[in-house]
Parts: sequence; C-alpha cells; structure tokens
Amino acid sequence: MKIATRLFRIIFLSALVFSIAGAPGALAADTQDSVVEQVIQSGVLRVGMSTFVPWAMKDKTGKLIGFEIDVATRLAKDMGVKVEFVPTKWSGIIPALLTGKFDVIIGGMGILPSRNLKVNFTDPYDFTGMSMVASKKMADGMMGLEAFNQPGIIIAARLGSTAVTATKKYLPKAEIRMFDDEAQAYQEVLNGRVHAVVGSAPTPAFQAIKNPDKLFLPLQGTFTREPIGFAVRKGDVDTLNYFNNWIGYVTAEGWLKERKAYWFETRDWESQLQ
Amino acid sequence: MNTCDPLISGGSAPADTKRHIIDWLKVVVTAGLLAGLVFAGGAELGYNWQWYRVPRYLYSVSEGHLVAGPLLRGLMVTLQVSGVSLLLSSLIGLVTAICRLSGSFTARVVARAYLELIRNTPLLVQLFFIYFVFSPLVGLSRFASAVLALSLFEGAYASEIIRAGILAVPRGQWEAAESIGLGRYRIYRHVVLPQALRHMTPPLVSQAVSLIKDSALVSTIAIYDLTMKGQEIIAETYLVFELWFTIAAIYLMLTLSLSLITRMMEKRLAMAT
Repeated sequence: MKIATRLFRIIFLSALVFSIAGAPGALAADTQDSVVEQVIQSGVLRVGMSTFVPWAMKDKTGKLIGFEIDVATRLAKDMGVKVEFVPTKWSGIIPALLTGKFDVIIGGMGILPSRNLKVNFTDPYDFTGMSMVASKKMADGMMGLEAFNQPGIIIAARLGSTAVTATKKYLPKAEIRMFDDEAQAYQEVLNGRVHAVVGSAPTPAFQAIKNPDKLFLPLQGTFTREPIGFAVRKGDVDTLNYFNNWIGYVTAEGWLKERKAYWFETRDWESQLQ
Repeated sequence: MNTCDPLISGGSAPADTKRHIIDWLKVVVTAGLLAGLVFAGGAELGYNWQWYRVPRYLYSVSEGHLVAGPLLRGLMVTLQVSGVSLLLSSLIGLVTAICRLSGSFTARVVARAYLELIRNTPLLVQLFFIYFVFSPLVGLSRFASAVLALSLFEGAYASEIIRAGILAVPRGQWEAAESIGLGRYRIYRHVVLPQALRHMTPPLVSQAVSLIKDSALVSTIAIYDLTMKGQEIIAETYLVFELWFTIAAIYLMLTLSLSLITRMMEKRLAMAT
C-alpha cells in the first residue's frame, strides 16, 4: 500500500509538472523553421518508406535497394546531408509523418484527393498503374477486368494502398481481403485462397513470371494511371518548393527516366536479391 | 484488477468520508491532468481532431432502427474469435496440465515440448505459420486458423496456471481420495479440480483478458475483427487518433466487464462456502 501511494504521488506530480511545462511536442512547430532547414541543421534526411518491389527492397546483405531508395539517396546527396530510411507499415505511414517520425515520405505514394487532405504532395516524379495477377487454381480462364467484377470473387490487396481504391472503383462487386504487407497478399494468391491480387505494376507481372505454374495475368498492362509524389507535412511552403524544383531538376537531367527504366524495365537487379 | 483488495481503514465515520472525498478528488485531478497532457500533445502536433466523424462508424439510425456500424460488427467478430478460443484454450490448458502431472513419460515430454515451443516464440509468427504454411496443407479456414493459433498460444499459459492450481491442493487430499478407492478421473473431477479452481480463477481471468487483447493480432490475416475494421476505416478517412482511441476504449470496456463479472462470481462463490 505504502509503495502504491508513493508511486501514485510520483505520477501525479509528474503529470502536474508536465502540464505546467507544456507537453514537449514531437516537432518544433516553428514556422520559420522549415523541414528543409531542420534537415540541413541536423545533417540527416529521414525518409519514411515501406518495402515494396521494386520501389524499395532488401538485397542479400540486408541493404535497401530500389527506385525510391535511389531517388531518396540522390536527394540527400544534393542537399549535402546523410539519408536515413525509416521503414514503416504502409497503413501507418501517414500518421507517422504527421507525428514527425520522419521528414518526408518517398515510397511510391499515389497522389489521392483523400490523402491530400492530410498531407501536402510534391509534383509527380513518377506515374504508376494498377495491374492484376490471378490464381490458376481459383480463376482459371478468366480474362479481362470485367470477368472479376462479380459477387463471390475475392481480391487481395495491401491495406491503405491505392490498390484498394482502384479495386473498389473498377471491381465494385468483388470482395476485398486486405493485408498489412504486400508479401502476404501475394502469398494468399499463391496459396489459392483468393482469385487475384491487385497491386502496383510491375510487381503482379513479376510474380506471374516467378510462379508460372500457379499464377497468370488476366489483363495486359495496367488499368489505372496514378501520379506519384513525395508527401510532406502541411503548411511548409519552403520544403514543398525545394522538393518540387529538385524533381524538375532531375527530370530535366534525364536521371529520373534512366533510373525508372533500370528498375522497371530491366531485371538486371534480380541478382542482388538472391 | 481483481487482485486489488479494498482498503481496510479503521477510524471514525466522518473522518473516513472526508478522506474518501479527498482521495477521489486526487484521482479525478490526476486523470484530468493526464487527459490534458494527451490533448496538449495533440494540439502541439497540429493534428486536426474530428471526433464528430466517429459515431457513424459505431452505429447509424435508419428508418428509426439502430444499425450496427462497422466497428460494432468488428466487435462481434472479436467476441466470436475470443469466445471460441477461450473455450478451446481452457481445454488445451487442462489437458496439458494433466499430461504434465501424469505418470506417463511420453505425455510429460510431449506436453513440455509443446509448452516450451509456444512460450518461446512470438504469437504473430505462430499465426502466420498456421495460416500461410500449415492451413493450406489441411484446408483450415481463416477463422479456424486464427482460433487455433490463439488457443494454442493462450492454452500454453493457461496450462501453467492450472498446473500450479492443482499442485496447490494439499497432498493429503489426494491420499484421502485414493484411500477410499477413487480412480484418477474421479479424483480430479470431484476432489482436486473443484478445490484448485479457487486458486486458479484470478490468474485465469487475467489470461482471458490477455486473450481478448491478443485477438487483435488476427487482423493481420485479414479477419475483420474490431482492429481490422478500425484499420480499414483509418485507411479511408485518416482519422488515426480518434479511431484508435475509440477502439482502445471498446477493448477496455470489454476486458473491464469481464473482470467485473468474475469478481461478482468470486463473491458469490465465497458466500456459498
């Protein structure tokens, strides 16, 4: 009892002290101090991302590689700072940005109106589209998007991704089964428990090439086109302007296009994974 | 929760009441300060609170009828998963405990191996293993995989509690029961377990509370329980903090009512003897 009372008193007093002192916020909400300024001062650019082939993945040594990794690394180099990647679950990546766990999301994030209400997006630095890979066991012979728009069809997708938005829009009659990770969604289709997976190109096509006995592509190419941007916290004009112009700069240079071609149209990087 | 015994204080009645009021005032002020701290933190973040958007996910009124919203439907799934797992894990726990105390060497080794394997690996890994690796082989449904994983995990902990409860029954009880010629089953059934139950209730209840909280993990295999429904809504609306607080409050109500019910039952039991 004695100890409990004492403990209680400690909690009580610390709550009192903290509330008087004002809660220490996770970020300095000082308007003159833009994120870019803070990054330059601390010498580290913290980038939020989620593993997602071939945007960001781990090679055999455990090092991160991929299109987004190249972009973020180059961005940090041009700013003259070090880059630090903060791998985050996709479903929690926006809250993590808002609470200052990192400075920017560079993770193949599609620019969606609903997302834009919570964060600011840069100009698109890339365009992606959704494609689909289906299970031979469950969906044998079904071709085209419309074939999957039926009651009783189950589509797996990553929670909180634009794949979910696209599935709801184009396959309103199908049921969606959501997983926190891309890998789990593909495992589900490999195990023949769902008819298909909807995901950002080119992963569905890669999966079909990897498992020709279990999977097939019910449609060629992509069925949506989505702009991809960096996401930053709202109300920081300086940072948004810097990133926009950086994107313009590396686009004009042709560097972005060259990197995109390497990661999305060749398979030269496959050897680094296994 | 249920291990807190009421403060026994001697003294005169008025002084007691006064102390009581002061005590409660302290509680209220502290809680208020902590809540204020959370909100101050929220304000500091520049987070745009939109609590008014939450109720529609709990219930909606259409044509004068109350319709359960997605969160309450998720709660039903959580209750189903937890309920079935609770029964199954009690059974697994009892069998394991009896195996560990049995005369057969094999039963002891198997029970011990199961216990150590489950206790020393994370539940999430077990869940993924059962759902993605084991269940395609035997054709288990998602619900069954979730229940099996939860029951195996919680059953291991329950078995230790049950074993301790059985061992707490004095040796003399066994000897007395044996001397009047009862078989093993009837000794357990009529003599040992009824007495052991009293020791076991409090830790078993906290185990049940753990089970309910752990059931949130089944959301990772796309079972639409309370947690998953919440995540789904958050993914669409980005009402991150409002919904997580709401979900936490629902879990809290669920586990607190469980603790309360058991306390009442314990009181009834204590009266009966």
